[in-house]
Amino acid sequence: MGENKNRIYLDYAATTPVDPEVFEAMKPYFGDDFGNPSSAHQFGQKARQGLDKARAQVAEFFGCKPEEIIFTSGATESNNLAIKGVIYKIQNSKFKIQSLPHVITSQIEHHCVLDTCKNLEETGFAQVTYLPVNKEGLVEIEALEKVIKENTVLVSIMYANNEIGTVQPIEEIGKLIKKLNQSRQQKIYFHTDAVQAINYLNCKVDALQVDLLSMSAHKFYGPKGVGALYIRKGTPVKKIQDGGAHEYDLRAGTYNIGGIVGLGKAITMINSQTAQRIKKLRDKMVEEVLKLIPNSKLNGSRQHRLQNNANFSFPGAEGESIMMALDQERIAVSTGSACASENLQPSHVLTALGLKPEESHTSIRVTLGKYTKEEEIDRFLEVLPKVVERLRQISGSGKADKKKLPDDFGC
Amino acid sequence: MYSKKVIEQFLHPKNMGKIDKPDGVGTVGNILCGDQMTLYIKVKNLPRAKSRGKKGEEIIDDIKFESFGCAAAIATSSMITEMAKGKTLEEALKLNREMVAKKLGGLPPIKMHCSNMAAQALKKAIENYRNKNQKPEARNPKE
Repeated sequence: MGENKNRIYLDYAATTPVDPEVFEAMKPYFGDDFGNPSSAHQFGQKARQGLDKARAQVAEFFGCKPEEIIFTSGATESNNLAIKGVIYKIQNSKFKIQSLPHVITSQIEHHCVLDTCKNLEETGFAQVTYLPVNKEGLVEIEALEKVIKENTVLVSIMYANNEIGTVQPIEEIGKLIKKLNQSRQQKIYFHTDAVQAINYLNCKVDALQVDLLSMSAHKFYGPKGVGALYIRKGTPVKKIQDGGAHEYDLRAGTYNIGGIVGLGKAITMINSQTAQRIKKLRDKMVEEVLKLIPNSKLNGSRQHRLQNNANFSFPGAEGESIMMALDQERIAVSTGSACASENLQPSHVLTALGLKPEESHTSIRVTLGKYTKEEEIDRFLEVLPKVVERLRQISGSGKADKKKLPDDFGC
Repeated sequence: MYSKKVIEQFLHPKNMGKIDKPDGVGTVGNILCGDQMTLYIKVKNLPRAKSRGKKGEEIIDDIKFESFGCAAAIATSSMITEMAKGKTLEEALKLNREMVAKKLGGLPPIKMHCSNMAAQALKKAIENYRNKNQKPEARNPKE
């Protein structure tokens, strides 16, 4: 990692480094096994073997059939294909319904889901309901059930949120939709963006009862630029990128074979022991931060939370400043502050939770990963209080009220 | 993204804090919007003999800031206090966002408003001083 060697990386929700074993598995496909998996000759067939193996590895992980896995360029493409694909297919085939198809999603989805939905509204392909969440960031089942209409064709709810780590009740939503579908003329399809969940949560598609599931390799120690979409057999999806008949004619474009092999290898390396270790470290960190820093707050849910995620607010210390000051101390985190975003808007997720502006502007996200060491968390705990204290002095809120400790801590 | 000078001013800001009984105070921005800056000034009347002009001139004798905002907001606050200190009010009123940004070795385009805020806060502090001291004849002719 060169210059990064002495730096502490606590931004695993943004991306993860490629595991050296994954990198090794990928290498041959940039050398001897460079063939195009679509070619019938031996060069192609050698590469095709790598493709088939990766597909089987992914199918095993999700508990589905290999032909239900479509490789894509990442989660943005997977989400676009899932949502637009279903709506386009319904609009122009035997699935066509009388009224405008209705889509339900949540207000705290990733922008690639929200913007895809907005696109469908603007182009007149669908009407969309953006479901609010409660103050922990959870979608409430009753609220979801209430907005389901006769013409609802798709529900898209993320598995775990990228900013606050809130884990949605996907299984329960899946059950509800399955129950409703038994007596409905128009079937509702269920999609989940599982990008942040792959490392930490049960992703068996039959347990979740999902019809579509998106993921991206670089969030679980695989390479960037490759992802996958699970499509349950019988789910109507129209391809959104035209060209060759790759991927069961659902995703045109030459295979990113090295990336796909890396994705396959990376998914086999996920294990629950690592997740447990990370959770312990995270719990210690949260407990200490809330103890050491007066007037600090953990955003999101304590109970329904991804094992590696913490998101704090420190009123009086602006988020981008905290991030920049930590970066100077060689510690990398991220922030939901408006000052750090390209459009100077605070995070839509924190806003949807109903956070006060002084809380959302002072938030930082800290996400751990499998290479996070306890010493690194200790170093973070040593530096952060000083940084927050200094910034509060600069802002004139240094003498902040001494905080009462929450007695119900327990992520 | 940020120049070395910005980082330096952000990490080691000058003239940070509050002035007790300031002669002028200027606040711009709003914590709800994500950034807020307050400048406090102490003004001194130079005796005629020492002043460069004909009349006795007023100079910014002391200046301090409080800033809630990003690294750029803190750096620009610090920088404008350094630039304004010791200047006459007329000279100080001429400081603008380009001058502050230039002195900082440039700012990312999206952060230029921070630099603008610093210049605005200084103007407001001087106006506040003048309003309190009723010296309309000394107002900046451009205003």
